[in-house]
Formats: sequence, C-alpha cells, structure tokens
Amino acid sequence: MVRKFSRRSLFRGSSARRSSAAAEAGGSTRSWVLDMARAEGEPIRPPGALPEPDFLATCTTCGDCVEACPVGTLKLATGANEVPIGTPYFTPRDVPCALCEDVPCARVCPTGSLDPTVEIRNAQMGLAVLLDQQNCLAFKGLRCEACFRACPAQGEAITLDRTRAGEHAFFLPVVHSEACTGCGQCEHACVLEVQAIRVLPRAFALGVVDHSTVGWEQEARITKDFVAAPVAPAVLGWADDKAVLDSMNDLSGIEEEP
Amino acid sequence: MTNDLTRRDFSKLAVAASVAGGLGFQVPANALAAADASEAGWRWDKSVCRFCGVGCGVMVATKDDRIVAMKGDPESPVNRGLTCIKGYFNAKIMYGADRLTKPLLRMKDGVPAKDGKFTPVSWEKAFDVMAAKFKEAYGEGGPAAIGLFGSGQYTIDEGYAAAKLWKAGFRSNNIDPNARHCMASAVAGFIQTFGIDEPPGCYDDIELTDAVVTWGANMAECHPILWSRVTDRKLTHKPTRVINLSTYSNRCSDLADLEIIFEPQTDLAILNYIGREMVTREGAIDQEFVDKHCIFATGFTKIGYGLEADHPAEQGQEHRGKAGGHWSITFEEFKKSLEPYTAEYTSELSGVPVEKLEELADLYCDRSKKVVSFWTMGFNQHTRGTWVNEQMYMVHLLGGKMSKPGSGAFSLTGQPSACGTAREVGVFAHRLPADMVVANGKHRAITEKLWKLPAGTLNGKVGTHAVKMMRELRDGTIKFYWSMVTNPFQNYANGNEWIKAARTGDNFIVVSDCYPTVSAKVADLVLPAAMIYEKWGSYGNAERRTQHWRQQVTAPGEATGDLWHLMEFSKRFTIGEMWKAQPLKGVEGDQLPDVLAAAKEMGYREDQTLFDVLFNHAELRKHAWPDPIANGHANDIAEHYGYFVHKALWEEYRQFGLGNGHDLADFDTYHQVRGLRWPVVDGRETQWRFAEGFDPYVKPGEGFNFYGKALKTIPTGSPKGEKVAHTGKAKIFFRPYAEPAESPDAEFDLWLCTGRVLEHWHSGSMTKRVSELNRAVPHAVIYMHKADAEARGLARNDLALVESRRGKVQARIETTGRNRVPQGLIFVPWFDENVLINKLTLDATCPISKETDYKKCAVKVSKA
Repeated sequence: MVRKFSRRSLFRGSSARRSSAAAEAGGSTRSWVLDMARAEGEPIRPPGALPEPDFLATCTTCGDCVEACPVGTLKLATGANEVPIGTPYFTPRDVPCALCEDVPCARVCPTGSLDPTVEIRNAQMGLAVLLDQQNCLAFKGLRCEACFRACPAQGEAITLDRTRAGEHAFFLPVVHSEACTGCGQCEHACVLEVQAIRVLPRAFALGVVDHSTVGWEQEARITKDFVAAPVAPAVLGWADDKAVLDSMNDLSGIEEEP
Repeated sequence: MTNDLTRRDFSKLAVAASVAGGLGFQVPANALAAADASEAGWRWDKSVCRFCGVGCGVMVATKDDRIVAMKGDPESPVNRGLTCIKGYFNAKIMYGADRLTKPLLRMKDGVPAKDGKFTPVSWEKAFDVMAAKFKEAYGEGGPAAIGLFGSGQYTIDEGYAAAKLWKAGFRSNNIDPNARHCMASAVAGFIQTFGIDEPPGCYDDIELTDAVVTWGANMAECHPILWSRVTDRKLTHKPTRVINLSTYSNRCSDLADLEIIFEPQTDLAILNYIGREMVTREGAIDQEFVDKHCIFATGFTKIGYGLEADHPAEQGQEHRGKAGGHWSITFEEFKKSLEPYTAEYTSELSGVPVEKLEELADLYCDRSKKVVSFWTMGFNQHTRGTWVNEQMYMVHLLGGKMSKPGSGAFSLTGQPSACGTAREVGVFAHRLPADMVVANGKHRAITEKLWKLPAGTLNGKVGTHAVKMMRELRDGTIKFYWSMVTNPFQNYANGNEWIKAARTGDNFIVVSDCYPTVSAKVADLVLPAAMIYEKWGSYGNAERRTQHWRQQVTAPGEATGDLWHLMEFSKRFTIGEMWKAQPLKGVEGDQLPDVLAAAKEMGYREDQTLFDVLFNHAELRKHAWPDPIANGHANDIAEHYGYFVHKALWEEYRQFGLGNGHDLADFDTYHQVRGLRWPVVDGRETQWRFAEGFDPYVKPGEGFNFYGKALKTIPTGSPKGEKVAHTGKAKIFFRPYAEPAESPDAEFDLWLCTGRVLEHWHSGSMTKRVSELNRAVPHAVIYMHKADAEARGLARNDLALVESRRGKVQARIETTGRNRVPQGLIFVPWFDENVLINKLTLDATCPISKETDYKKCAVKVSKA
C-alpha cells in the first residue's frame, strides 16, 4: 500500500508526528522534509529491487535484508514518513550503500523482491544528481571533489570535467547515469552542511533521449512515433483526408482580424 | 534479466553498451547483442540539414523505407558532428500527421471556382486545369501575365529547371525567389562592390580571426553552429573579441565583450563614423591595398523606398528609377563626404555612447587585428540594404581586411540554398546562371547556346521582382501565380493586401507545398510536394559549399518532387505555342520575336513540347539510370523519366560556371565528399576568393584581383562623366544616412522588428509539426520592455493587440527572456501561423535590391 503523499499533508501534519518523523530521520527538520519529498516518488531501495509496484507486491517486510547489511545502511520504514511501512530503504546522507560485491541483502531476500542475481556494479538504486551548482564548492573553483573521490566507480560514475574560467582551472564533477548505482557515497561525502549532490529516484532524474543523434555516438534512434514497419508510406498513419481537407478549407485564422 | 526487450530497452542497452564498454565496466553480454541486432539492416548515408544557411552535414539511417535515425555528420567540416535542435529533429519534419498527399483544387458545382472548397483531384486533372488557366492568362497578357515565386530552399536542380522552364520555355522573367526577401541587398552589395556575387571568405575565418563583429545578425539563434564555432574560438584563443551590434539585446550579447544597441536605421551613420575615423587616423588605411585594388564611388540619393509611386514617402524622390546608378569619385571627395559623421553627431543620432563608438572604431582602425564582420537580415532587410552592405565593405576595404584568412566582411546567408540555387542558378527576374543577367545580349547568347535555344528566344527585359509580383497580382496584370517551396502569404510584408488579392482577384494561384500552410489555404490549386530526403538534391551554403545527397525514402501518397511538378507541367506546352511572337511592352516592337523559323533550322518541330526541348533532349538522356553513384538508393524521378535527371541537369548547369570563376565539380564527386567550395578548379576548392595563393583565378604577383566583371565601367566624377573601366578593382562607396520609410509617431508609437527564434524555421510549416520543438516554443510572443508594457496597462503573459496601419494580430507579452528590447521597440518572430505578424509590416524595400525592410515599421500595442 502506498499512501499518496500530498503537500497539504506535509504542512498540516501534527507537531507530534512531525517531531517523531524528525527523530526518525535522525536529523534536522529539513532532512525530514527532503525525505518526504523523496518518498513521494520512490524511496531509495536496496540493490536489485524490482520496479516499485512489483517490489511492493512481493516484499513481505521480513527484514532479512536489513539484518544482512553489514554496515547498517538499510532500515525498515516505521510509518513515520511516507515509505510503505516495513519495507526496506535507505538514506544515503546518513549511511550510504557499501556496494558489497556479494550483495548479501539481495542474496538473502526470500521472495525475489530483490533480484538475487543482481551484479552490484549494475545496480540502479537511484541516480546521483549534482543539484546545487551555485553552492557546490567545485563550481566556485575550489578544490573539493569529495564526491568524486568517494565514488566507488571514480572516473566512471563520476568524472571530472577540467575546464577554465576567468583565472582558474575548474574541476567540475559530472555524473554518468549509465554507470551510477545510486549508492550515495557521494552524497554522504559532500562537505556542505546540506549536500549539493544527492541520490534521486532515476525516474525523477533522467530525461529520456529516445532520439539521440549526436554525431559521434553510435546509437541513434527516432522516437516511438516511428515504426520501422514494412508498410507502404501511403498508409502509415498520415491524417485522414477529411481532417486535412477541413483544415485546408478553414481560412478563419488567415482572413479574419482580431 | 528477461529476454523480452522492449524498443526502449534496446535503446538503453545500446547506449549502455557503447558507453560502459568504453569505461571499463563489465557490460552484460545481453546488452551487447541487443545493440548490434537493433541496427542490423540500417542503411546510413550522408545528407544536409533542411534548415539554415550554415549547411550542417547530417547522416541519415533508413530501414524499410523509413528514416530510423539521424545524427550530425562527424565528417562534415562545417559542423563536425554537431547540430542545433532543428537539425536534431530533421527526420521528424517529414512525418507530420497532415502531410499533403493529393493535388487539391478549389471546386464548386463540379468546376474549378475560387470560392469553392478544396477537393482532391488527380494529377492529370490538376495539370489540365493549371495549363488551361496558364494559357488563359498568357493568351491575354503574354509573359508579363504569369509569375513564379521560387525559393532559396529549392534544390539546385529544381531552381535550374524552374529558371529554364520560365525563361526559355515561357520566355518570361517574372520568376523571383523568396531570397528576394533575404539576400537581395547582399547580392546587390556584392555586384556593386565586387562585380560578382557571394562571399570571398569561408567559415575557416572563424578559427583564424582576432575579432568577430555581428551587425544585425543574431547568429546565436539563427546560425547556431557557426555561433558554436565563434564561441569555441573565443574560449580557446583568449585575445578574441566579440562585438554585437543590434537594435535590441539578444543572445549574441551574452558572449560579446561589447554590446552596441543603436536606434533603427542608424547603422548607416555608425559605419560612416568608422569610415571617418579610418580616413582621419594616421595609418588606419592600408594605403597600398587601397591604391592598388580599390576605387571610390558614390551614387544617387533620392531613391525612395520601393513603395508604390503614389505613396507619400515616394514624393520628390527623383532618382527612383535609377537607384543603383553610381560613379567614381576621388579620395578627397570621399573623405569630405564623411566629414559630418563625427562621434558626437553619430552618438546623438544613434543613441550609442561615444565611448562605445570609439571602441568599435579602434578595432577596425587597428591594422594588426584580423576582423570578421558578420551580418544577415539587420543589414539586408533594410530600406538602404544595398548601401549598408557597401558600407561594410568600405570599412573592410579601407583597412585591407578583405579576402584574407581570418579577416573579411562576411555576408551570412539565411536559407539553405539561397546561394547554391537562387543566386548561382539565377532564379531572379533579372538573372541568368553564373552571375549573368537577362539584360546583357552576350549573356543571353551564351545561355541560348547552352540551352540549345534559337537566338532571340530569351527575354532581355528585366521581369517583375517578388514584391512587385504581388502588386501586379492585386492590379490584375499577373493572372497566374505559382509558388514553390516557400510560404508567400505568410512571408510577404503587408500580408492582408496580398491575401485579399489572391482570394478575390481575377487570377489563379498554384502552390506546391508539403503541408496545409497559409499559402496552400489561400491558393486555388495545391500540388503535394516531396520533402528533402524523399528526393535527390543539392544545396549551396553560406560559404559557397555545394553539397549533394541521394533520395533516402519514398514520398507519401501522391506527393512528388517539385522538379517533377515543373517537368510534367512543361509537357502541356509546345514550342509552337511559346516560341511564336509574344506581346511584351518595353522591348523592340513591343513583342518578343518569333523564333520558330530559327528553331526549325536547328531541327526542332513546332509540335515538340517544352518538355521535349528543355528536359528530354538526347544530351540529357545520355545520363542513364540506374547509375553506380546511386549506391543502391532509389530515384523516383529518374525512374519516371527513364534517365538520370539530376545528374543530367547538373552536368548541363555546371557548364555555365566553368572558366569564369563559378566552377563547380562534376556530379559524382559531390557524392564522394562533404561538399566543395567553389570555384573548384583542378579538383581543388577555393577558401578565399580574389586572393593570390587561394583563388586559382588570381595570377602570381597580383596579390589581389577583384576580377568580377559587372558594373566595372562607370562614369567618372558625376553621373554624366566619362566612362572608365576599373578592371580588377573593388569599390569603396560613400553612402549617406537616410531616414527610415516609416518611423514611430504619435499614434503608432513603437518600432516593430521581426525575425526568428532558434527553435523554429521561417514560417514554422515544418518545425511546428515536430512536437518537441513546438513544446519548446509553442507561440510567437511580443518581446516588449517592461516599462512600455506597464505604461499600456500590460503585464507579462497578457494577451495584447499589435496594430499597424496595415493590419493587426494578437499575441502574449513577454518582458523577459532571450530578447531584451529597449523602450520604444518590440520584437515579434514570424514563425507562428496564428500570429501573422507580416500583416503589419510595411512593403518598403531597398530601391536598389528590392528587398523588403522587415525590421522597421510603426505599430501600437494595447490590451486585447
């Protein structure tokens, strides 16, 4: 069961509820707000999690994955936030995923809500996004890149774009969505009081390039409007003649004046 | 992992495979297999973008007669793999839901009727009616009663066939392109200054220059990939300076070191100020260059505004009929003429602070700096467009900054083939191919020879130019009007007048088009046209690069290439009908001579059709189809006619340019390279014309040779002075400031400037059918200064009424965004068929070039 999160409920919630949620989040009210916002879409699930509707259909809230996690990343939702009660998730800022090679959490899941065959490097728990380029120290030219150095796939999931502006060299962290697992070690490492880089559900963070045509990439597709079907062009879904004729015979926009 | 991969999964896996594989991550074998399988059976081929004059190369992938992928061509020297977002969606423009697929004829009670409804008809019937209406008009009024509005977006073969049919077949010079609205002033500027058309420089100038100056050219939005190259130059070569001159702040200003916003029309004065600085400051002039290669000139001033004779602005304009006339003057006279254009006077007139003017002049006066000045419509769509083009050359010629790598005045072409087709083929009322003109008997003779016409076939009287064509349509002089690959009833200024003429006049309007555009709806007969990748074709871009492509897919329904429209139509006429004497006022005997006797001597028969003679003769048919150069690609037009039409027409056309500075390579070569910049001599293209070492027509030791032939023999000192030939020289013109045709006044208190945005092309007929581009910019808005809006009780996003003396439209106010206009001026783009801003604009033109000034007229704005 997924309770629909609403902005109104966020602000109208009782103070008691708010304070326990804050405690639950283990930190400031602001973190709690962000957790709520994140939970609205999808929580950050353990590695190998099925798509959320399938996950919820199969997860029995047994908690075996939480116990299996050697570093205490995973926790079960208590109902204090919008994450469905009893289901496992994690808050990268607090405890990121350690990317264990043997993925003990997924291996131990009895129902397959977590795919036991998942290879940790191919996990897609979420996507790190460097959201705040104004406050990020690297974007000011300072030598930080803590996120880059914390990334277990350094040089692959996060790379540094070396560039120049004004009088300085800049080292700008760039996340690569094909390689990022969403482990959140970057978010955890960010030295700002409130992190500039955070893991978001992939559906929130990713645009869809269904029609990539940059010249130097091999892959290039047209959108799903195009169907490479062996059908004569004349019958491939052009507007019916009547619609075209009606449009052709309508000069109202041309001859009339406002 | 499941084995059922959806199309999107394929897509993502292929990406993951190509990227991750390279990054050292282990890619599951499944993903690799998916990537290969999805691309099996794809056929990649090179082509060009459909849109602007930059001429980016693209790669097109097809499968099962559909385009399945496209990308910027990494091997194109123009864009090196990049595209802007219009180019990115090139393939989608052909697949809009309301593509025209059948001829449509307005009919009522079973007969053609202007007030009837569009009815699908067969091609046979379409041409029956079209030929009958044509013959009716021609029978009454001869070659003066017909008009063809062609396009700078015609492929070269289409423009060539149109020019040949109209001039050789119908003996009419009433054929003019939409390039009249965009490049005519540039052409006139070239011919007046150099005696030959088209830029001397090339895009390589960008990577070599020290400074880029944009004058009335919004390159950031209208030549996006060139702007990318300019930006890259600025980022990689620190000393590079960028200066943006405009009547409003635009995206070019974001990169500029210096932004100069000037009062509309005062570009004339600013250029003269720079000229004055150059003749005043010690060492600013490249004296050796000027002495050896230039002369000074000036011309008539009371030339009017191209409006009709009874218009108030035309009264007292005694030089209206000889606007282009000019004569040589001395340097002293030239210098004296510039005297009034002091910094103070120019600043007062233009509103530009003196410091900024001085900074601009400093750049041009600095002999050590290479400078490229780019301009497009701000200079060309101008009631003194020819003058301002000449003035830009004045500045560059004085400083010797011309025809040199990284240094030159560079007129940017807006359309994809205004150069390659309209200008080089001569699809104009006054032109023939390769810079020849109809009025020159020698040029007509050369053309008649190449086109195998009897002497005297061609009409030597300059025909009706585009703007005049609409006036003549309204007045009933022109009774048959055909437009192809353009949208005249949306793109002409003073639109209401012409829409009314088309809908209510005694005339027959034919429009060849691919979608239900404004023009198609206003027509009497609509012919469905194939689009770019549905036919073989070629375009010539702004740096003289001619690029060819093959047909990639079949056109939908009964749509066919415009070339087919022209060739099929030509079958309906015999030379017996067309080559007898034809009435024409203003030529000897008020008629074109009967050339049938001469034709028979050449072996022609009276009953042969224009198709036989112009498009089906033995020399053309020698080029057989199929041909190995096709590499397996189809050619529906070649199949239809039984020979390789495109190759045949190309090989015939290129004969015009060989040996006179317009050399083009053979057809096959263009299919093997990413285009070539003409003149192409001995297999080598030309980067910088008129310069020794780069231009094969310049001999060793000459340094420079402005070998253009036109208008080199001019009077000395005054209009009636002795005529002297200034062979090999370029002209440095003095031109004075002139008031605009229509300025804001008490009632119509704002300037209206029109133009484009990056996301849409021209009248939006193609780009508005790409949902992604339409989402990015769904409507045209009125860019207005916040104070001006507030003063009229308007806020951002309010619906407003914009009105001029000629028409009105509604649109929403935009006080922020990409264009920051000064008080007193609004900017409205013209891509939106729901905001027909050209109903408001004024059909005043440069009297020399006949190009409309779309940048200046007076309007008022109020709450809707």
